[in-house]
Amino acid sequence: MLSKVSKDWLGAGFVTVLGLAILIFVPILFDLFEVLQMTKYVVLSLFVLSLAYIWGFGGILSFGQAGFFGLGGYVFAVAAINMGQTTVPFLIAIGACALFAAALGYFMFYGRLNDVYLGVVTLVVTLILWKLINHTAGPEYIIGKARLGGFNGIPSIPIMTLPWRPGQEMEPAQMFQYFMAILIAVYVLLHALIKSKFGRVAISIRENEVRTGLLGYDVRFYKLCIFSIGGAIGGAAGAMWASYQTFVDPNIFSLEWSAKCLIWVMAGGVGTLFGPIVGVLALEYLSFQLGQTELINNLIVLGTILIFLVLLLPKGLFPTARDLVVKVWRRRGGSTGKGSP
Amino acid sequence: MTRNISRRSILKGTAALAGAAGTLPMLPFAAQAADEIIVGGLHDLSGFIDFAGIPMNQIMLMAIEEINASGGLLGKKVKGVVYDPQTNMSLYSQYATQLALKDKAAVVMGGITSASRETIRPILHRYKTLYFYNTLYEGGVCDRNEISLGTTPAQTVEKLVPYTMGLWGKKVYTIAADYNYGQITAAWVKRYVEQNGGEVVSTDFFPLDVTNFGPTISKIQSAKPDMVMSALVGSGHLGFYNQWAAAGMKNEIPIASTTFGAGGAEIEIIQPEVANGIISCYGYYPTVDTPENKAWVQAVKKRYPEKTPLLTELSAFTWEGMMIWADAVRTAGSLDRVKIIEAMETGKTYTMPSGKVSIDPLTHHAIRDVYIADLQDKQFIIKKKFSQVQPADTQLVCNLKKNPDANKHYEISLE
Amino acid sequence: MDFSLVVAIELLREVAGLILIATGLAVIFGMMRVINIAHGEFMMLGGYTVVLTTKLGVNIWVAILILAPLAVGLFGIIVERLIIRHLYGRIIDSLLATWGLSLFLIGFVTVVFGNTVEGVSTPFSGLAIGQYTVAIYTLFLIFAAMAFIASVYLTLRYTKAGLIARATMQNPDMVECLGVNSKIVYMATFGIGAAFAGLAGGLLAPISGVVPGMGALLIGKAFITVVTGGAAVVAGTLSAAGILGTISQAVTFASGPVFGDATLLFVALILLRLLPQGITGRIFTRSV
Repeated sequence: MLSKVSKDWLGAGFVTVLGLAILIFVPILFDLFEVLQMTKYVVLSLFVLSLAYIWGFGGILSFGQAGFFGLGGYVFAVAAINMGQTTVPFLIAIGACALFAAALGYFMFYGRLNDVYLGVVTLVVTLILWKLINHTAGPEYIIGKARLGGFNGIPSIPIMTLPWRPGQEMEPAQMFQYFMAILIAVYVLLHALIKSKFGRVAISIRENEVRTGLLGYDVRFYKLCIFSIGGAIGGAAGAMWASYQTFVDPNIFSLEWSAKCLIWVMAGGVGTLFGPIVGVLALEYLSFQLGQTELINNLIVLGTILIFLVLLLPKGLFPTARDLVVKVWRRRGGSTGKGSP
Repeated sequence: MTRNISRRSILKGTAALAGAAGTLPMLPFAAQAADEIIVGGLHDLSGFIDFAGIPMNQIMLMAIEEINASGGLLGKKVKGVVYDPQTNMSLYSQYATQLALKDKAAVVMGGITSASRETIRPILHRYKTLYFYNTLYEGGVCDRNEISLGTTPAQTVEKLVPYTMGLWGKKVYTIAADYNYGQITAAWVKRYVEQNGGEVVSTDFFPLDVTNFGPTISKIQSAKPDMVMSALVGSGHLGFYNQWAAAGMKNEIPIASTTFGAGGAEIEIIQPEVANGIISCYGYYPTVDTPENKAWVQAVKKRYPEKTPLLTELSAFTWEGMMIWADAVRTAGSLDRVKIIEAMETGKTYTMPSGKVSIDPLTHHAIRDVYIADLQDKQFIIKKKFSQVQPADTQLVCNLKKNPDANKHYEISLE
Repeated sequence: MDFSLVVAIELLREVAGLILIATGLAVIFGMMRVINIAHGEFMMLGGYTVVLTTKLGVNIWVAILILAPLAVGLFGIIVERLIIRHLYGRIIDSLLATWGLSLFLIGFVTVVFGNTVEGVSTPFSGLAIGQYTVAIYTLFLIFAAMAFIASVYLTLRYTKAGLIARATMQNPDMVECLGVNSKIVYMATFGIGAAFAGLAGGLLAPISGVVPGMGALLIGKAFITVVTGGAAVVAGTLSAAGILGTISQAVTFASGPVFGDATLLFVALILLRLLPQGITGRIFTRSV
């Protein structure tokens, strides 16, 4: 008989071990090019975790998650170009995004915005950021040594440096391991948070906001905290993205990125942390492969896949697969069968 | 896309889908045969500037066929590896890395917007893969690993401004896209207008997603300029020309443009009665009257009898890029990147469809002929030719002889 | 004096533009709680219908006012039958599916028609106002938008179909109990919303570049107008378009298009903060 704690951590533990194995073995087994590719998926996985958490475990649907991604990228870029190392800028970027999320969250939750209207406010804020940053092409938009560059963005952003030796740029394999370690840490922390009292209250808010409020919990404050955590994670991912790409441009704020993030979460499965990561891997890998083929037109293929995904797998890839496994397991006489988170 | 769907490509597509169904494992890439030379092509084949990317890609493939038909290079066949970055900068960086590290491309052609160039240029520089950028742009790239064949403002604006001022008058109203290219071009317009004794009455910038130009048209009417200089970019801005004609301004104030017809799509989308009379200045027009160009235009029509690519600076210079590179490989007698670069730096003059072209060793930009043309019924009627124009703007900031390790895109300041 | 008249016309034109692009979306969102992300591409299809049929010799007014809404409306009904009807009550899923549809349509139109199709030029010429000229087509657009919204109002308010539609908005189950087939209501609504999009695309075709990606330039503003307006189709669209269009265009005149657009977004933000259910969630609650 499994104890409650070990049941809570069964799936997460499995995912963590898998992650650690990837962290250790990928740089040994794969060559430079493949490690670079996988680094990209790691960063995007962290980005999608930010939305997977606030939506799946706090019921906050943000149409503008790219706002934090972009803000994190830009803050990191400006700070790193001016400071010449990356560890402090990375922390500044995370902090700035958490603060921005808190301010925006205060504006929204204490104004009792809800539902699709809340989504639209996040979208509009992101669009404003996008418009304004696009407008910074002129030479007067300069912060310290960093030109904002408008539509063309900021080039030559420093590569992450070793935290213990500023000035020493990471090798691609080191960067992969560093990012992977961050991803695993965030995953474990989020999982712990979800299983804590705070997390259970958050889920009850998602399920029934009014009832939770009547039980004496300050719903607005809980939502504010969840949203800020999501903002901080999104900002961290943005900073990593800027450093990985070595450039950042205003399209990072675009509707496309926000929508992609939503799509990954939905495709992977709302209400899980691991599912959205599967969503990222599957869809990004698909779009990467499509660009190498001579199919009719990539947009047709991507669009068709999205439509079929919604119609055929409404729960998302990961939960559908998980339920299938559980079902087969039960039929074969397996005993307790509650899946991983 | 442009080619017929062969059975092979369908198989490849299915393989991609199957590969995506299993999540992480990478598809094994076919090892390249050692007797082939790989040319990488990175042009947007889908997304909002595919009208420019598809012709560039067609012409690149045609050039490869031509090189192979004349015996290949160094006894080997040349093979094009084409990826579609889908107007997505992260795919640009991914495919550039792949071409450099995985496919071991000898040279990469491509990048259309400045943003895409600044995405892939540092990557190809880092992994020592020769890079040709064949698009007109704002100037200022300083990188020995890159050859920039497109015209820059000092080559075109410098000619266009005095010519049109002579025709129409000295008061100029500038409208430009609100990003790097538009800002820099507008600054050059101002400089040349003032040098020629004129005055820029106002300069307005528009984000790329602006579609309604009503307020601007009113402002222009109250400023009463002698001419409008347009550096508008993209499909949203196409609305300006229709709204301009709709307000009855077509025959009131003439328009000169540094962008109209550059990618070719504008002259197809905007009706002749709206677009007639717009004067532009580029390094290539399909109507260039030389035997080389006539033969080339015929060859393109013969190769692509259907879906004939639009012939513009972009596609013509992609052809030049391929031919100059092939010539340099033959001269160098090897695929060694530094030897190929040195072969191009000798200042050799190439006779191309667009006229005489050579590579400026100091900036790696093209010294080339430029033309001024008047658009009439979708035909560019060439009015004037300027021979061997230097990329004077980039020469202000870049000297690769003194500083061969430069790796930067300078913003050319006119203050 | 002349200048203020020109400014007034331009302000009205921006309001009219927002009404045109938002009404179809508002009908679908207000009645069905479906956010149609492919709305921009429906407009693009309307534009293409006009461009392609006038090339075949069809009169431009027939193309704009009849063929564009008809073609896109029929297309909307097909889409509803194939995709949307499976997604009622699943607002987020419908968002994802229509996003897929929008990508599909951009790709499809690019493949079939190529990315460069010759446009149509604007009917009518300019009208002189002192030293200025204003396109007569601009005045026509303003008129068309007013006629458009008035006809929606009259239909909803005074016809049987309008009554059923309003009832469905308020309580679909009850309408079903009273013997109305809500499936047909939804199908018709989606078709009408699509037809409005087609008409809007057709009307905008002569003054914009008709390209596969044109929808993306329009959808953002349409979406924000609808949500700011709230659930009531006519009052919501009219009030939101009025407020947002006037203020943003005034700012555009004063300081250029960047701040005009940013102001539009900012005003929408403030309105949503003050009126969390949209304008018609609090004010004009009894309107249609």
